Amino acid sequence: MGKILEVKNLTVHIKTHKGVVQAVRGVDFYLNEQETLAVVGESGSGKSITMKGVMGILPKNGKVVEGSVMFEGKDLTKYTERQMQQVRGSEIAMIFQDPMTSLNPTMKIGKQIEEMLKEHRKDMSKADRKARAIELLSLVGISNPEARYDQYPHQLSGGMRQRVVIAIALACDPKVLIADEPTTALDVTIQAQILDLMRDLQKKIKTSIIIITHNLGVVANIADRVAVMYGGKLVETGDVADIFHNPCHEYTKGLLRSIPKAHEKGGELQAIPGTPPDLMDPPKGCPFAARCQETMIVCQEYMPDYTECGKNHKSACWMLDEMAQEVKADEK
Amino acid sequence: MTHRKTSNGPYTEVAVTAIGIRSVFTERKGDVMLKYVLKRLGYILVTLWVIVTCTFFMMKNLPGTPFDAERFSIMTPQQQERVLEMYGLNDSLPMQYVKYIKNMLKGDLGTSFTYVNQDVSKVITGRLGPSALIGIQAVLIGLAIGLILGILAAWKHNSGIDYFTMILAVLGVSVPNFVAAALLQYYIGLKWGVLPVGFWTGWNCSVLPSIALSFSATAMVARFMRTEMLDVLDQDYIVTARAKGLSQMKVLMRHAVRNSILPVVTILGPIVVNLMTGSLAVENIFSIPGIGSLFVDCIKANDYPVIMGITIFYAAFYMLVVLLVDLAYSLIDPRIRLAKGKES
Repeated sequence: MGKILEVKNLTVHIKTHKGVVQAVRGVDFYLNEQETLAVVGESGSGKSITMKGVMGILPKNGKVVEGSVMFEGKDLTKYTERQMQQVRGSEIAMIFQDPMTSLNPTMKIGKQIEEMLKEHRKDMSKADRKARAIELLSLVGISNPEARYDQYPHQLSGGMRQRVVIAIALACDPKVLIADEPTTALDVTIQAQILDLMRDLQKKIKTSIIIITHNLGVVANIADRVAVMYGGKLVETGDVADIFHNPCHEYTKGLLRSIPKAHEKGGELQAIPGTPPDLMDPPKGCPFAARCQETMIVCQEYMPDYTECGKNHKSACWMLDEMAQEVKADEK
Repeated sequence: MTHRKTSNGPYTEVAVTAIGIRSVFTERKGDVMLKYVLKRLGYILVTLWVIVTCTFFMMKNLPGTPFDAERFSIMTPQQQERVLEMYGLNDSLPMQYVKYIKNMLKGDLGTSFTYVNQDVSKVITGRLGPSALIGIQAVLIGLAIGLILGILAAWKHNSGIDYFTMILAVLGVSVPNFVAAALLQYYIGLKWGVLPVGFWTGWNCSVLPSIALSFSATAMVARFMRTEMLDVLDQDYIVTARAKGLSQMKVLMRHAVRNSILPVVTILGPIVVNLMTGSLAVENIFSIPGIGSLFVDCIKANDYPVIMGITIFYAAFYMLVVLLVDLAYSLIDPRIRLAKGKES
């Protein structure tokens, strides 16, 4: 399996009237062919902005200031807007969080799917496009697709709409599918359906998936590898089993502790105290230092390098340094 | 990321509920549409009757008579009696009212007092042409320039074109149209001599008055379009459209414009009526024989039949335009469908 997407040192700044927000601060990750990478982290950790940076659909005030996005050996950050338009949708497609708002309310569903084909499959005839749109609707499990084709988004439920959003994203058989919290806005029962659908479709059309989520249940369900983001940085990455059973970064450990467990009734939920750092003025050391139970003086001053914790598993935490225990004992 | 469930601004939602349209899912679209239109036409007739009645009695209570006071006073009582009878003015008020309504139902609006022996409908239609032509042109200019400016301003938010549009929007609303008219006359008509300064001798006479009238419409359309468009451009489905690989132009034209145009449609009703029913000031400045000046003249002369005729025409026209605007809503936004059954 080769790497289909490799992001190196991606840095995104967002200009606001108060100042520049360093939303993404040098993120590295890669995506293998046909694998599913989950990007986890709490709100404001830079997950969505990272992916929007990859897609080149940052808000107007946002800009990729450094780094590269290698897709099939070509750097997308060097692409012109026009070249990016040909990549977007056809090579890399994206699914958004809230299906209630991510479809155009005044355009028929069929037309919203066909628009993608019209843009990227110029050789298709009108009849072909319609046939393909209906095929896609039935592929994502929408019953009576011929009738749905002529309906508007408000005539569908949230789960159905998310299926339509997925159908749009898959219209041109993209090589990479980026799903930005695809189940967050849905009912729990519908969440499972949508995840199952995504897994099935991945096998059918052999696409690679990046799924952004803050739900570790979703991660366990669907991901092959996990990247944990915090404060605009990638703090830990590894195979899903390693992350769950052998977390190395204190933030990852905290995240895992905060999952409610059904068999431990009455026990208090362990939240991580404090709030994420202000990225307008990010800390110079580890972004998690202020909330970390194991924090040392060095954590506040210097950003730790990545340490290999195992095969494919690395983490940026001073606790992994060989001198950590010694220093900790001293500081006490 | 916004979490609004609809893209309509509060403005349109208020407007939509106020006119009694609800969002429902309906399969028999044509049926419901026809019923709805018939019902609205019924309401329009009732409203018209109320307006006619009110105007009739208020008008008759105006001081003065349609006649030249000096000449009328030197007539003998018998002569006065005969003149009043000739114009149907010596009956009691209720009697006059009943007669008027009867004739109106037959389609007869009476004859003008000032334009001797001319049917009221003829007097009105004769003066309507120039006003309507100027009005339509002004609406089209206002709509075209207003929409383009509004879209550009929102798209290039906080840029030069945005500030220009906002300044224009304030100027267009606050500078009276007769000031613009006078300036146009002076520069384009007189100094450069490109277009006629006034009168009504051909189409070229309508250009300057249309431009003068269009300023306020341009300003309003631009402002409403810009505001709604800014809101729509923040919506998630715009990001979806970008993620599809559409060019900015396509995102704008296919996804943003249609979703932002509803408020403009709302204000289009009043704008159309205002501009097409004639502007006294602009008609006077350009010496155009339009309906605006007719209305003022006939009020000054107590020309009762013409006052009534113009009132009926204005009212009916206004209500029809509002009905059309309401129907346009449901064409533009599929979430707005005409309600079946009783309206709340």
